[in-house]
Amino acid sequence: MRRNQSPIAAILARREITLLVIIVVLVAAVGIRAPRFLQPARQLSILNDTIILLMLTLGQLAVILTAGIDLSVASNLAFTGMAVAMWNMVMPGVPMVVLVGASILIGASLGAFNGVMVSVGKVPPIIMTLGTMSVYRGMVFLISGGAWVSAHQMSESFRGFARFNILGLPSLVWIGVITTALVYVFLRFTRSGRELYAVGDNATAAGFVGVSARKAQFKAFVLSGAIAGLTGLLWVSRFASAQNDTAIGFELETVAAAVIGGVSIMGGSGTVTGVVLGAVFLGIVKNALTVVGVSPFWQMAIQGAVILVAIVANTVVDRRNQARLSARRISA
Amino acid sequence: MADIVQLENVRKYFPGVKALDGVSMTIRSGEVHALIGENGAGKSTLVKILTGIHDPTSGTILVDGEPASFRTPHDSQAAGITAIHQEASMFPNLTITENIFMGHHLRNRFGLLDWKTMEARTRELCERLSLAISPDTLVRDLSVAQRHQIEIIKALSIDARVIIMDEPTASLSLKEIQELYELVRTLREQGTAIVFISHKFEEIFEVADTYTVLRDGKYVGNGSVSDVTTDDLVRKMAGAALDRLFPERTPSIGEVALSVQGLTQAGVFEDVSFELRNGEILGFFGLIGAGRSELMQSIFGVRSRDAGSVTVAGERLDPLNPRKSMAQGLAFVPEDRQEQGVILDMSIIENTTLSSLRAVSRFGFPQKHTERSVTEGLAKRFSLRAARLEQRVAALSGGNQQKVVLSKWLATQPRILILDEPTRGIDVATKAAVHSFVGELADQGYAIILVSSELHEVLGMSDRILVMREGRLVAGFDSEDASAERVLATAIGAAAVEQGA
Repeated sequence: MRRNQSPIAAILARREITLLVIIVVLVAAVGIRAPRFLQPARQLSILNDTIILLMLTLGQLAVILTAGIDLSVASNLAFTGMAVAMWNMVMPGVPMVVLVGASILIGASLGAFNGVMVSVGKVPPIIMTLGTMSVYRGMVFLISGGAWVSAHQMSESFRGFARFNILGLPSLVWIGVITTALVYVFLRFTRSGRELYAVGDNATAAGFVGVSARKAQFKAFVLSGAIAGLTGLLWVSRFASAQNDTAIGFELETVAAAVIGGVSIMGGSGTVTGVVLGAVFLGIVKNALTVVGVSPFWQMAIQGAVILVAIVANTVVDRRNQARLSARRISA
Repeated sequence: MADIVQLENVRKYFPGVKALDGVSMTIRSGEVHALIGENGAGKSTLVKILTGIHDPTSGTILVDGEPASFRTPHDSQAAGITAIHQEASMFPNLTITENIFMGHHLRNRFGLLDWKTMEARTRELCERLSLAISPDTLVRDLSVAQRHQIEIIKALSIDARVIIMDEPTASLSLKEIQELYELVRTLREQGTAIVFISHKFEEIFEVADTYTVLRDGKYVGNGSVSDVTTDDLVRKMAGAALDRLFPERTPSIGEVALSVQGLTQAGVFEDVSFELRNGEILGFFGLIGAGRSELMQSIFGVRSRDAGSVTVAGERLDPLNPRKSMAQGLAFVPEDRQEQGVILDMSIIENTTLSSLRAVSRFGFPQKHTERSVTEGLAKRFSLRAARLEQRVAALSGGNQQKVVLSKWLATQPRILILDEPTRGIDVATKAAVHSFVGELADQGYAIILVSSELHEVLGMSDRILVMREGRLVAGFDSEDASAERVLATAIGAAAVEQGA
């Protein structure tokens, strides 16, 4: 039918563009209502709030691409955050580089446990990570004995780690940017990355060419865990407090951000660009409601409704494209 | 016996394929009508037209003498036509009653579901067919044969006058088959018309009254089963000399490339041994379900095996290790393109290089320019029709998707190619291109296994033909000795002709 699609139509047909348009409209609308929303300082604080969600969602993306899900990311974050904060409390002299390495390693091990059970033990990802969500959370209480690590118990460099300024932006944002770039390169330019897509899209066809679904699943869970670990350190540093209920419920926000960003929950389809937009959208909605002065009682319901609208709009555009595609295939 | 449905000169064209080309058929009440034809002869298309899944391109359908059109499955159900599928489509966790009334529940005067009446009705239908099953049994607890019976009851519950049974005995034991025959006879006595699709001639002679033979979508003949012999039917199914062109080759057969010894997977294929030589095209013919695809999957290492060995150039291949098979120069184009072949959401380039990612990568990073040049070369070789190589494979036609699958396998630089139904469901032009390409590869010394359910493709392409039936190799033919009748008769197990083979 529309065999000669114009380049503009091709760009508009992409899901990311729909989402970008929704974001721009949302920011403009909130900006008109409350101009201070558009001030750089406000925008920066939204960015700061969104980075950790973004990073976790990138790990979630890798897992969802293989047709899995990782519900243990928030508990992983809390455990790793608590562990490194306690280490810093006991031995303040240990350099930050070591703590960063440790947080990635601890997180990756927790992810690897999920990965082994899913790929070798054949436990469905949702069941496995629902279990470890509680197990890892329970482990936070076990190591902390129920106590917090507060700001005054942390070393200067630990508290400052997420906040020091480079070229006008806090280190947290830079770490987020670097992580995003790395995941982008991993998914788009490495063999392992491409295998995640292949396995999630059609595990049988991938198996027929010797691409192992198990290995791909394992790698995805390790990546998700490693990122969760790193964000654990960033979280406790940024808020200068490690608590037992840190980031509780946050795993569902990562799933929401991924879905808003057009990641297919069935696996095999989703992009880093989409995830960035999904996370940004969620971050803006959360902030905007406060700025506009919506009562806290209403915020949650409205937030949910806005998320649904975004997902539906996104899906409708996508479905229309699919229909056009199959019409073209038949006429070809 | 009244005429219920008449088809007159029905045609169904798909882009590039004439699936049905002028078929006429009359279905009468109280009659078992056998629909006969090779795989791909057009039987399924005919069934889909009868059940409202496809609209015919031209031709008329009369129901009780009145012109009718089946635009949706609902229309044909309303006319009393129901098909019972090979793979019974049921809800395993629901009871028999719930399954039977799914979609047309009975309600009581309060608008609530009237389970009591539905259950009574189910019991009544079971009794009518003398089946001793309780209506509140869960379907998952039933045997395959019982599920078939429930499908039939389901058809009767909506007053079906025509029941189409597609290979109903495929997975039944001898005793169950006898019970099914009984059931078919009971239905016939009660005036139901039955369209019986089967490859097995003994069944046709056992239960059918009349027959219609299709070949390549064309109507070949019909008549009364009591007037024909097995030989007559085989001849009608197989058809005359080839009117299609296959590449002319003078094969030069070389060393043994692949040797299979005693390969067995219990219940699927048994004790299969054969050798494949360089420069040879070895055709595998058999009916659907004969175990050919499963055998090939096991050879390649994507399906397990219980016994036997596969040897390539003196090296034994491990079971369930496709990587090793690939390293030994094996390539496998699977039968189901969409399920096993392509990754729809990926681009042409990504699909092509997925099998050889290691070769096109440096330090784990696939090199874009290498990938592109590999894909470009193969796309040119197959004259792939696509706007761009970055295009998603989902946007390509079936024929072009198959070219991508072939490209993917040639990218691994194989020496032995296993092609499982490489031309199924693709247009005539692409078919010819695949044929001439396969011929070229054999001339270049590649060893090729060609699995096909299309008799003439196997006959026209192969240097040697092996026939499988019910998991076993039952015969081998050199291309000079192979005739359509002999190969088909061996595959079907038609006794009279087999003795001569």
